[in-house]
Amino acid sequence: MTDTDADAGWFAGRAADEAAGGDAAEAAHDRISDGEAEEPRDWPALAVGSGFAESTDDYYDRLHGATVAATRATVRERERADDRQLIHAVRAMDDCERTANELAERAAEWAGSLFDDAEPGIEGARAVADREPESELERRAVSLAERVVGLADERDALAASIDRIAPVVAPNLAEMAGPELAARLIALAGGLESLAKKPSGTVQVLGAEDALFAHLSGRAPSPKHGIIYTHDYVRNTRPEDRGSAARALAGKLTLAARVDHYAGERRETLHAELRERMATIRARAEPDAAADDAADAGGDA
Amino acid sequence: MSDPSLPDGVERREIAGETRLATRGPPVYGEPTADGWRAWDPERSKLGGMLELGFDTGLTGGETVLYLGAASGTTVSHVADFAGPTYAVEFAPRPARDLLDAAEPRDRLFPLLKDARKPETYAHVVEADVDAIVQDVATRGQAAVAARNARFLDDDGRLLLAVKARSEDATAAPTDVFEAALDELGETYEILETRRLDRYHEDHLGVVATPR
Repeated sequence: MTDTDADAGWFAGRAADEAAGGDAAEAAHDRISDGEAEEPRDWPALAVGSGFAESTDDYYDRLHGATVAATRATVRERERADDRQLIHAVRAMDDCERTANELAERAAEWAGSLFDDAEPGIEGARAVADREPESELERRAVSLAERVVGLADERDALAASIDRIAPVVAPNLAEMAGPELAARLIALAGGLESLAKKPSGTVQVLGAEDALFAHLSGRAPSPKHGIIYTHDYVRNTRPEDRGSAARALAGKLTLAARVDHYAGERRETLHAELRERMATIRARAEPDAAADDAADAGGDA
Repeated sequence: MSDPSLPDGVERREIAGETRLATRGPPVYGEPTADGWRAWDPERSKLGGMLELGFDTGLTGGETVLYLGAASGTTVSHVADFAGPTYAVEFAPRPARDLLDAAEPRDRLFPLLKDARKPETYAHVVEADVDAIVQDVATRGQAAVAARNARFLDDDGRLLLAVKARSEDATAAPTDVFEAALDELGETYEILETRRLDRYHEDHLGVVATPR
């Protein structure tokens, strides 16, 4: 067998690097992180045979040093990059969604003039994209619909990536808020670290800046919630308790972001406390409901 | 003191007033220790649970191991204490940071930040014909992961697998999930033993298998 790149071990080419005066440790790191092989082989024996290591023990010592160093460097890289990547992904997702909807309108209008049964929206564009065009203009309209479908699919793929990355970047925040809202909060704050440093009152109204500034200039009441409105705990709490719900949720989200940034481990107590607090807030609606029921019963009697 | 079903290097020791599974090595996650032995908590480790329940794992101590889904290194640190060269694959950066702390003082534990679903990304590092693959990955397609990694396992080697029902399908009945996973696994492996790990891990199935 020949030692081509496709089936070489992580240590191959190391001697050449050293001869060239390159940074051998960095080269080994790159090869462990980015290298590939279709099938494993008896690397310890091959390494000893090629003169990379003096003995199997020597090989394992070097492997230990190289894997620990490479993995440490990659972990550092990935952890640093991830919240930035999440922000790019969530912004790209919003751009794709907005553009797809806008373009879908145009595509539907055009398709409506060419085909009898063209429906509006992304689903309509999907149907048009599946058609066999019979003229140059039909070809253009169908092609436009295909772009809409492509953008909509890209939006879904980005959403799926966010679902996967957000729990890695911020496990507690993602569990509490859901991956998408977690990503949006991080994007609005400009990063996990800046989110972790914000007071909970700011987190509560992130995404409601217009309303907040209207309030600060004396033209409006203070906003009760920003983007966290999309959370079930806020949206599905009755209006008169929504302020309390938003305040409680924002408080715990802020703590979750801090744990994620400074400790990085999952903390169950945080989630339990929020569930408990929300149960208390929602229970306020119950005596009223019971009273209403009683009143209704009285009325019927 | 030594128990024939346990590999060399794993013993039942008196630690903090209780007889517990233990291995010898530097502590990793704040576990209780006594005389250089660290307690191996079966509730925090699927493999620990399998040993505690008396599975015939085929492990004797000193073997070469590929560990998939090493997470923070809780279990793999115990494995490295009694086994020989141990390759630890973990996909998520955050737990891998803790895994590194466990690997640093263990000179035959090799941490790798890789996706267990893509063996070609670590086949240039992990050697062929390992004696055992221990798998504890919480993703969909756990049987497929085992099948794809069969290329690393010696013909007489053992696959020690914990199938987590809720990772495959959180709504289906665990028994159905296990049945489907075993069917798929049967294409690549001969199943030697299966048992529920419920005493220590809810909705998990322990599996011992060998390549076909």
